[in-house]
Amino acid sequence: MMLSKLNPGEIATIISIHTDEALHQRLLAMGFRSGKQIELIRKAWFSGPLQVRIGTTDILLRRAEAEKIMVQL
Amino acid sequence: MKRIALLGMPNTGKSTLFNRLTGSASRVGNWPGITVELLSGKILLGDEMVEIIDLPGIYDMHGFSEDEQVVRHFLHENIPDLALVVLNAAQIERQLSLLLQLKQFKLNMVVLLNMSDETKKLGITIDVNKMSATLGMPIFLLSAKYGTGYPEALQAITKALRNSVPSMPESVRKLIAQDEHIEREMAQIILQTVQIPARLPDNMTNRLDSLLLHPWLGLPIFFGFMFLLFQAIFLFGQPLQGVVNALFGWMREHAFGPLVGFLPAAIQGLLLDGVYNGVATVAAFVPLIVLFFLFMAIVEDTGYLSRAAFLMDALMAKMGLDGRSFVMLLMGFGCNVPALMGTRVMRSRSLRLLSMLVIPFSLCSARLQVFVFISAALFTPKAAPVVLFSLYLFSFATAILTALLFKRHYPNTEPFVLELPPYRFPTFRQMVMRGWHEVYQFLHRASKFIVAGVVLVWLLTNLPPSAAPASADTIAGMIGAWLHPIFSPIGISPDLTIALIFGFVAKEIVIGSLAVIYGMSGDALSGTLASQLDWVQAYSFMLFTLVYTPCLSTIATLRNESQSNKFMWFSIAWSLTLAWLLSFLFYQAARALGY
Ligand SMILES: Nc1nc2c(ncn2[C@@H]2O[C@H](COP(=O)(O)OP(=O)(O)OP(=O)(O)O)[C@@H](O)[C@H]2O)c(=O)[nH]1
Repeated sequence: MMLSKLNPGEIATIISIHTDEALHQRLLAMGFRSGKQIELIRKAWFSGPLQVRIGTTDILLRRAEAEKIMVQL
Repeated sequence: MKRIALLGMPNTGKSTLFNRLTGSASRVGNWPGITVELLSGKILLGDEMVEIIDLPGIYDMHGFSEDEQVVRHFLHENIPDLALVVLNAAQIERQLSLLLQLKQFKLNMVVLLNMSDETKKLGITIDVNKMSATLGMPIFLLSAKYGTGYPEALQAITKALRNSVPSMPESVRKLIAQDEHIEREMAQIILQTVQIPARLPDNMTNRLDSLLLHPWLGLPIFFGFMFLLFQAIFLFGQPLQGVVNALFGWMREHAFGPLVGFLPAAIQGLLLDGVYNGVATVAAFVPLIVLFFLFMAIVEDTGYLSRAAFLMDALMAKMGLDGRSFVMLLMGFGCNVPALMGTRVMRSRSLRLLSMLVIPFSLCSARLQVFVFISAALFTPKAAPVVLFSLYLFSFATAILTALLFKRHYPNTEPFVLELPPYRFPTFRQMVMRGWHEVYQFLHRASKFIVAGVVLVWLLTNLPPSAAPASADTIAGMIGAWLHPIFSPIGISPDLTIALIFGFVAKEIVIGSLAVIYGMSGDALSGTLASQLDWVQAYSFMLFTLVYTPCLSTIATLRNESQSNKFMWFSIAWSLTLAWLLSFLFYQAARALGY
């Protein structure tokens, strides 16, 4: 399923990342790697960004980007 | 001279370490191969002087953002004798990637795992010796903020510098795109040397976030907080300003006045009514500036700004911007120049340009001075803070309007991904250093623009000698009269027109030049303004001041950052047009309503 479909508090495993090259680089550096655990902390109002946690790092990303990241509960 | 470069991911504490290393003896300099300015400082290490350069934070050695290109170019053109790699130890499990990439450059490196205080709180333990042996380079755990572990690190740096051979073979640069290899190596090192508790302790950051990022309460809290902040600046700043004013008044009467008493009257006038009044009026704002930046520094350091990006991103997206643009707008409340430079983190040119178009509408601290002075002179103590707040609202409104009008010309699809740091509170030392830095910058600007500015104003309002000072027959009077057809429909008198012209150079001069035009400062100037203007004119003047081009430095920065004259002229023309239209609407509407 897509990362954007997680509910706050749910923890899933990253399966694959389908973004362009540049964003992929950035996500990698921020800790997004397949096999890693990712927790959805909260979603902002009005379809705003998501707050996720990988390891000790908290990251904001828009739903459009979260739709390109596949995870498994 | 040997050279040390500070490298690391954003927000890992490079600048904090830099400040600790250099004290405040740093300066901004230019470097070959790159257009941006970097902070550097010279210090005595062991028995030789070395230069330390603070490079921008980067995620990736082969990333595509401007900062990443800057660092690559820098390393290419100016191979450092020692690269100090600063990593956030609390995020070591992912930050190691940058270190492994850097390792391929075969630079002389010392690694500093910063924020040891935070790892301790999180229960993360790192076997530094083992990691050091595995990677084959000196590694130290320290806290740049509190200084623990710093002496040992400094010793190692000194030692590493002594036997340095700068090198970066051309061949290495070609073979850096090997992430898979890095990934495996990273996992192995972490497994062997780092222990992270399975569940991080529920800390203050989480608890604060659940309130401050609350779906419904988040934004009201944010705006309420901002309102209180500006109220506080006003509340504390005003009395301090009075004190400085009184001090300068006393000095003029008892020290400076008698000192120049023997000079001819015209020169006395220039020195006392020109330079002294002008400079005294500007100097009175120093306490306000210090307070403002102190508060800004605290807010910036706490990590609340990235929360603001989270809260506002949905709205900003509707304007073709993103959460980062909003943070830059907020930074612009301090000074537009660094805010404009902050847009470098954006990769999409359209997004950057649109952000740069709206940032100059941020009510910066220089404009704040003008508004504090005029609103205190023209409005009751109760009404003045409300007037000030309304100007902040106008500042947002003009930014929003501009973005909405022009977003179609700057379409962007840039992804929005941002790290959310934990809440941190600056130490007393950090606050003092920051406050001092800002005062220094302010006085630096002051000595450059303000003195020259006020002297020019004095000349314009006192020449030719036959004319009565500040009358219609002076050069200033003539310019004012010439521009009258443009400024009378918005209620701005010829005197004020002169102040506006100088405000184009820097807003710090506006009140200073009014002091010169009327030949008085402090309370006397307030009194004169109150008798010459009614509140509608004053507000129209403030609106115009708010919206038209902030200052020459901002224009120069716009030009530099956009690399486009056309964009710069467009920005100037648009802000002047908008300023005039807004003042016109306000002034005519208020008059029509009988005010
Ligand atoms: N707890 C803790 N906080 C630190 C330490 N060192 C720095 N900080 C804080 O981390 C934040 C970022 O520090 P900076 O020095 O601005 O980081 P930087 O690496 O220069 O950031 P960029 O300019 O984005 O590259 C600030 O709030 C610092 O106060 C440390 O050792 N411990």
